[in-house]
Amino acid sequence: MPDATPPAEPALALPPPLTLALTVNGARHAVEIRPWTTLLDLLRDRLHLTGTKKGCDQGQCGACTVILDGKRVNACLVLAATRPGSEVRTVEGLEGPDGALHPLQAAFIEHDAFQCGYCTPGQLCSGVALIGEGHAGSAEEIREWMSGNICRCGAYPHIVEAIREVAGR
Amino acid sequence: MLTERHVGRPRSRVDGPLKVTGRAKYAADYATNGLLHAVVVTAPIAKGRIARMDTARAEAVPGVLRVFTHENRPRTAWFDRSWQDQVGPPGSPFRPLYDDRVHFALQPAALVVAEEFEVARHAAGLVGMECEAETPETDLKRAMTEAYVPPKRRSGIAPPPKPRGDEAKAFAAAPVRLREQYGIATEFHNAMEPHATTVIWKDGELIIHDKTQGAQNSQDWVCSIFGLAKSKVRVVSPFVGGAFGSGLRPGPQLFLAVMAALSLERSVKLVLHRDHHFGLMHRPETFVTVGLGATPEGKLCSVQVEAVAATSRFEDHQEVVVNWPGLLYDVENAAFDYRLAQLDTHTPSDMRAPGAPLGMFAAESALDELAAKIGICPMELRLLNHADEDRNDGKNFTSKELRAAYQVAADRFGWRHRSPEPRSMREGQELIGWGMATGVWEAQTVKMSASILLRADGTAEVRCGTADIGTGTYTILSQIAAEELGLPLPAVNTLLNDSAYPAAQVEGGSWTAASAGTAVQLCARSLKEKLLKAARGITNSPLASATMEEVRFTGGRIVLARDPSHAVTLAACFRELGEEKIEVEETATPGLLSKMRYSSYAHAAVFAEVRVDEELGQVRVTRVVNAVAAGRILNPKTARSQILGGVVFGIGQALHEEGIPDHALGRWMNHNMAEYHLPVNADVPAVEVIFVEERDALTSPIGVKGLGEIGIVGTAAAIANAIHHATGKRLRGLPMTLDKVLPR
Repeated sequence: MPDATPPAEPALALPPPLTLALTVNGARHAVEIRPWTTLLDLLRDRLHLTGTKKGCDQGQCGACTVILDGKRVNACLVLAATRPGSEVRTVEGLEGPDGALHPLQAAFIEHDAFQCGYCTPGQLCSGVALIGEGHAGSAEEIREWMSGNICRCGAYPHIVEAIREVAGR
Repeated sequence: MLTERHVGRPRSRVDGPLKVTGRAKYAADYATNGLLHAVVVTAPIAKGRIARMDTARAEAVPGVLRVFTHENRPRTAWFDRSWQDQVGPPGSPFRPLYDDRVHFALQPAALVVAEEFEVARHAAGLVGMECEAETPETDLKRAMTEAYVPPKRRSGIAPPPKPRGDEAKAFAAAPVRLREQYGIATEFHNAMEPHATTVIWKDGELIIHDKTQGAQNSQDWVCSIFGLAKSKVRVVSPFVGGAFGSGLRPGPQLFLAVMAALSLERSVKLVLHRDHHFGLMHRPETFVTVGLGATPEGKLCSVQVEAVAATSRFEDHQEVVVNWPGLLYDVENAAFDYRLAQLDTHTPSDMRAPGAPLGMFAAESALDELAAKIGICPMELRLLNHADEDRNDGKNFTSKELRAAYQVAADRFGWRHRSPEPRSMREGQELIGWGMATGVWEAQTVKMSASILLRADGTAEVRCGTADIGTGTYTILSQIAAEELGLPLPAVNTLLNDSAYPAAQVEGGSWTAASAGTAVQLCARSLKEKLLKAARGITNSPLASATMEEVRFTGGRIVLARDPSHAVTLAACFRELGEEKIEVEETATPGLLSKMRYSSYAHAAVFAEVRVDEELGQVRVTRVVNAVAAGRILNPKTARSQILGGVVFGIGQALHEEGIPDHALGRWMNHNMAEYHLPVNADVPAVEVIFVEERDALTSPIGVKGLGEIGIVGTAAAIANAIHHATGKRLRGLPMTLDKVLPR
C-alpha cells in the first residue's frame, strides 16, 4: 500500500488507513484498509474470497449479497470500516464443516437454479437468509423477497423451487 | 445395464458444484502478486473531439502509475483489418484511445492504472477533459429518412430473400388488407458479469482471463493489434458470467488491459463499470413494417416486410429481421427490404437471437391483427398458412414439427377455452388476456474441433476452444463422451474456452451443441476404433473377429453385444497398445451438401396469459407455455433452462427493457440496472416448457438443432397479443409499459 505523502491539494491525498477486525466464515481477520474500501472489495481483493461477485457496484443487482451479522446485504454498499467486529458469511462459508454442501446449494444443483453461475453466490446467500427471515412461506412470497437478486439467465422459477424445497423441510 | 445412458437424460450441471461454492473463476476472479487495477474514464460528450486532456492531477495521486489517453497510448495496428475479428460486421471497428474523436456517449477516453482499485477509481474522477461538442443524432425516427441497403453484406447473415410473385399487385387485390409499423426499443445485454479482463504478465508473455464467448477470437485479436506471436498470448476463460452475444466480439476492456500490461510490464485487471456497458453494446432499435393481404377465410395472398435498424457511423451491423414470415408461412407473393440508418452510438452487438425477435414481434402481431379482423382463431390462421417447404429459398426443411408444437402447447395451455372477444375475460379489476405466437430460429452448425484424452484408468478429458456461457455445454459434451465411451459421467472432465484447446468458433448462434457435440462424438468414435483394434489384437482375444457394430463400450469394457461374457477391459487395450493414455482430435464441419439442399430451423409455439390492472395499466405475465421443436434434446434439464431463460428475456423485451435516449445530448438517460428495467423474480411466473419429439438426421450427426435462442423468439408477440385480448388495445411498440397500456 503506497504511503499517503503530504499532498499539494486535499483531493490528491489518500485517506489514512485503519485497522479493521472482523470475522469471515468463522475466521478472524485483522486487515489494514482505507475507509473508502467496501466490504465487497475487502472480500475480493484483500481476503481473496472471490466467490462474492461484483455485478454493478452500486446496489442494483444483488450479485454481491452476503450475510452480515445475520442479515443479507449488498456488500458493495457497505463501507467495511463501518462494521468493526462484524461477522460475515459468504458463499465460501455455506458448506458444512465436513465440506458437505448446504442444503440450498444442493437444491440449486438439483433444480438447475442457475446457468452462468455469476449471480448464484448472491442468490444463495440471499436464499439462506430469506429462509431464516421466515419469508419463504409460499412461491409468491419467495418471488417477492428474492427480487433484489437479478438473474439475467432467467433461472427464477428454479430458484423459487429450490428455496421452497429447503424451506419446507 | 448394458450401457451407461447419458444422452437424452436429465443430468445436473457437471460444473454445478464449482458454481454453488464460489469456486468457479470468472475473468475478474484471478489475481497475482503486484496486480494493478485499471479504471476507465469516459468522454463527457456523445460526439465531437477532445480538445484538451488534463491527467496531471490524477497522476499526482500516490499509487497511480499512469493515465493512458489518446495522446500517450502506445502504437498499435493501423489497418482496419487488424482490428477485425471472427464475427464483426463490415466497417472500421472502434479503436479505444485511438485519437481525439468522440463517436458515442460513454466512449472510453482515458485509462487510469494504479496499485489499488480504489485509488484508480478516485484518480479517474480527477481526469479533466475539455471537449468540442458536435450535435449528435440518436433519433432513429429522424435518421431513417436516410436509411440505406448495406452495400457490403455481413458474413454469415442471410440477406433478405428475393421477392416472389407480385406482392404489390396481390396486396392491392386482396380482400383483407393490413399494413402496420412496429417498433422495438434499444435493449442492453446486461449479463450479470461485467466485461472484465485480467492480464497476467510474465516476462513479456501474457495469460489473459477475458470475458469472452471465444478465447481464440480474443487471442487472434490481441495478437493482430499488438503484433504479438500466438505463442506469447494465451486466453483462458473457463467461466463466463452470461454474455448473450455481448462477448462475441473482443471488447475495449481486452484492448485496454493488454495495452496497460504491455506498457507497464505488470499484471493488470480491468473491470468495466456497469454504466459503461450501456455505451458499448446494445440491440439496435428497429422499426418493422408488415403488410399482409389475405382472403376472407384467412389464406395469405401477400406478405411484405420492411425494416430499418440502427447502426453506428463506422460499421454496418446487420441481423436477420425481415426473412422470417416468408419462411414460416406459405405465401405466393412476398417482398422484403432491410435497411440501416446511422446513429452516433457504438455499433450494435448481437443479442440473444439477433433480429428474429424483432421481425417476429412485428409479423406475429400482424397475424394476430389479421385474425381479429377476419374473426378466426389466431392458431387456426397459422395452421391455415403453415409452410411445408421453405418458400424463401425453395428448399425442403430438414424437419419441422411446428404443427405438433402448436397442438401440444395449445392443449397444455387450455387454448380451446379462450373466449375470442377482447375484454371478455376478467377477475375483479384485472382483465385477463390469452395470446399466442410462433417462434423460429435457424439451426446452424459451424466448424469446430475437439479432443478427448482417455486414460487407462477409464477417466477422460474433453477439450474444445468454445465456451459455456451458462448454456450447459460442459454438461452435454461430458454426456456425449461418457455415453460413447461407456463411462460414468463423473469420469469425464470437460475443459473449455482456452485458446490452447482445439480450434473452435465463438460460442453463439445456438450452434455450439450441434457443432462441438459432433466433434466430441467424432473423437469418441475414433478412440473406439483404436481401442477395438487393440482389443482384437490381444492374444486369444475374446473379441478377435468382432466388428464395431457387434460390440458395446460399457463399464470400462468392450463387450460383444450378443454375448456379454466376451469382453475386454479398456485397461487391457491400453496394455496392448503400450500406452497410458491416448488422445485424439477431430473436426466437425457443416454438411455442405445438406445445407445446399435443405433448410434447417428450430420452431416454437408460445402461449401467454396476462393480467392487466384496468386502473393502473400494470401488466403481469401469469402463465407461459412454450413448446419447442428443436431436434434431439441432449439433456432435458439444462435444455429446459435454456428455453426458460429465453422466455424470461422475452418478458423483459415485452414489458421492461428500453434504452431511453436524451436526443439533445445523445446520451442514454437510464444507463444502469435500476433505471433500465430487467425482469426480476417477481415478474416471472411459472413457465411450462415442452419439447416436441422431432427427428432430424440432416442438421447435425447428433440430431441437435440448438436451444440458446429459440426461447425468446415469439415471446414478446404472444404477450402483446395477450394484452390485446385482455384490453382491446393493440400495442405496436416494445416495451409495452403502462403508459402505453393505460387508456388515453
